[in-house]
Amino acid sequence: MDFALTEEQRQLEDTVRRFVGRDYGFEHRRAIQKTAEGWSRETWAQLADLGALAVNVPEEQGGLGYGPVETMLVMQAFGAGLLLEPYLASAVIATTLLRETGAADELLPALASGEKIAVLAHFEPHSRWDEAAVAATAHRYGDGWVIRGRKGVVPHGGAADLLIVSARTGGEAGPVGLFAVPRETPGLALAGYPTLDGHRAAELQLPGIYVPDTARLGGEACALPAVGRALDAGLAALCAEAVGVLEALLAATAEYLKTRKQFGQPIGRFQALQHRMADMLLHVEQARSMAMLAALRCADPDEAARRKALSAAKVTVGQACRFVGQQAVQLHGGMGMTDELNVSHWFKRLTAIELSFGDTDTHLQRFAALSAR
Amino acid sequence: MNLDLTPEEQAFREEVRAFVREKLPAHIRHKVMNGLHLEKADHVLWLRTLHEKGWSAASWPREFGGPGWSPVEQYVFEEECAAGGAPRLIPFGLKMVAPVIMAFGNRAQQERYLPKIRSGEEWWCQGYSEPGAGSDLASLKCRAENRGDHYVVNGQKTWNTLGQHADWIFCLVRTDTEAKPQRGISFLLIDMKSPGITVRPIITLDGAHEVNEIWFEDVKVPVENRVGEENQGWTYAKFLLGHERTNIAGIGIAKRELARLKRVAAAERKDGRPLIDDPLFAARVAQAEIDLMALEITNLRVLSAEKEKRAPGPEASILKIKGTEIQQAISELLLQAVGPYALPFRREAMAAGWQGEPVGPDYAAPLGAWYLNLRKLSIFGGSNEIQKNIISQMILGL
Ligand SMILES: Cc1cc2nc3c(=O)[nH]c(=O)nc-3n(C[C@H](O)[C@H](O)[C@H](O)COP(=O)(O)OP(=O)(O)OC[C@H]3O[C@@H](n4cnc5c(N)ncnc54)[C@H](O)[C@@H]3O)c2cc1C
Repeated sequence: MDFALTEEQRQLEDTVRRFVGRDYGFEHRRAIQKTAEGWSRETWAQLADLGALAVNVPEEQGGLGYGPVETMLVMQAFGAGLLLEPYLASAVIATTLLRETGAADELLPALASGEKIAVLAHFEPHSRWDEAAVAATAHRYGDGWVIRGRKGVVPHGGAADLLIVSARTGGEAGPVGLFAVPRETPGLALAGYPTLDGHRAAELQLPGIYVPDTARLGGEACALPAVGRALDAGLAALCAEAVGVLEALLAATAEYLKTRKQFGQPIGRFQALQHRMADMLLHVEQARSMAMLAALRCADPDEAARRKALSAAKVTVGQACRFVGQQAVQLHGGMGMTDELNVSHWFKRLTAIELSFGDTDTHLQRFAALSAR
Repeated sequence: MNLDLTPEEQAFREEVRAFVREKLPAHIRHKVMNGLHLEKADHVLWLRTLHEKGWSAASWPREFGGPGWSPVEQYVFEEECAAGGAPRLIPFGLKMVAPVIMAFGNRAQQERYLPKIRSGEEWWCQGYSEPGAGSDLASLKCRAENRGDHYVVNGQKTWNTLGQHADWIFCLVRTDTEAKPQRGISFLLIDMKSPGITVRPIITLDGAHEVNEIWFEDVKVPVENRVGEENQGWTYAKFLLGHERTNIAGIGIAKRELARLKRVAAAERKDGRPLIDDPLFAARVAQAEIDLMALEITNLRVLSAEKEKRAPGPEASILKIKGTEIQQAISELLLQAVGPYALPFRREAMAAGWQGEPVGPDYAAPLGAWYLNLRKLSIFGGSNEIQKNIISQMILGL
């Protein structure tokens, strides 16, 4: 057992934290959020320069060949800074998926360098986080495939150069295949919109679009296990991001309690609020532990063990997101309700995290099912 | 002991229900039922409709043009209005300043202000809080200097709900800076058109413009706009805070939202079945409903004590805490119910008649903003922490 970071990991963490502290201030982020795209290509280029986009890319494909622990460190820093860019979608999930399928060696260098952004478009309007609920289909047509279907709430879909689309290749009950679909494919319709936390997502319509056979990733075997592993890497990264947000919000609230005065004293003198803050801290520390567990288990080949750990992590983190987020707003009084203060933005990101990748109850039920066996 | 309404009260309930069904405009009902944005005109239209029937000022005694209803009748009325999809009446005029004017204002003030509050002709907002005076209201600084026939007001108020629509604001202002904080406060009625007033929007986390900051720069206010005596404003403010309790629990609204939650959970599907059949989700909904049942009876106990003219005590704090917690819990479950479609967030979709391409089911669009907005319930009207202080001091004697 060893919770210490290596020298290299510490350096990575420092680099990313310094970037967030120096180049990703709250007002800068607000300006980015207001742009039409809702994220910044300039930031993306900076992330490429820092090497952050290469964390999950193997060295052979021009990456750093790091793993989930390094991803955790990066995501924690991005959580504190409320990064709006499609890092989780492209540099973690899509990158992991391409690595898993082993078929897209030429794409990974482009992702590591920031030249391209890829996003997994897997869930459908009615799938409600059920990974197996894929209704989209792909039929052979000439030398290629025709894909028909809809994908719902695709995170950062609008930022993607390449959408990695899942579709059943052998009819409605057939195996699930993956297709790398360029954004500009004729017929593909992508409707983007902001989400509650100021990020972007999109609805994707595939009304029978054509892609060549080379778009097919990962061969004939069903791709669901690979999708599952990529989403698990994403879930672990999301938990880490949550910890970054939670820490920042806890610190900001503690600071506010020391400075805001009512009844002639800092409100942090009121024991009711001291105990509330202590409860918040308990949540943050439990979440931190579980985010570590998630990072250390998210690549476990034993699917049941992996998913049990990840569901446990998401439950703990989700509960922390709700309690700490709501209480931080509450303890800031009216100020916590304003758009002007960063507190409400942290709160909204925590709300979105709690409701992404399966909400708390979904994972509680999944854990119960796995644990009963 | 018996929980049933009397036959007269039951008949009254039917009458109100029929009235709301018949007279509430469909477009307003639609907005309320779906949590969409209400315009000023919607509020005013409904108030005028009630006014024509003589029901706009439900809590007022007959001598001031109210219907003279008992607390239970007022409760039944509000519950039926909420269930039928009527907008909550904006309380600042009807339930906040009016009782103070009735109790402490002079005849001229009563004749000048009350009829226009009742008819919806004048919109009021509340000017209590300041940047430095929230929970500790008595530390307020907004200054009013007595210049004989008028006051000169300087300072700032904040968090003024819907102040952008207001014709009038009732303010607590400092008229004596030497006395103990509670002793130097007066209660002024200020015309929002007075020179020197600036209203600036505060945008809240849901993107709404619901609250404002209001600045006063050498604003002249005639002395006859002072309610009651100079430096006695704190007494009036306390009276006001303790006055309104019939609707503080928001039972009617919570019931309506619970019904919405059940509708949404029946329409959503999880693992191929309606979400409401999912045992865990169903249990969460059940818990909210049980809490609400208990609160409803607690509320009725408080009301019937009031009917017997026992002085209402700090029970209002119980109603406020539980009522707001239940409404917040329902808003959380609503958001959870729609799964991934909790995330799309478009402010425009909050407007009725919005023509954009919907994302996910129609009912999902307003839920995110609704959840975020309702965080306010435990902050304003005396935060829930302050309510707990009141309970521990006034009820428990700690
Ligand atoms: C949406 C909204 C609408 C509003 N509308 C109006 C309006 O129309 N008119 C108006 O005058 N005001 C209005 N308010 C203001 C509201 O009444 C205040 O926000 C409220 O009184 C809290 O004050 P504050 O925001 O300064 O928080 P603070 O008083 O600074 O409180 C911060 C935190 O400390 C806690 N706290 C403070 N003192 C204690 C204590 N002694 N013990 C334990 N905990 C304590 C509070 O509960 C809170 O959690 C509105 C507020 C909001 C959010």
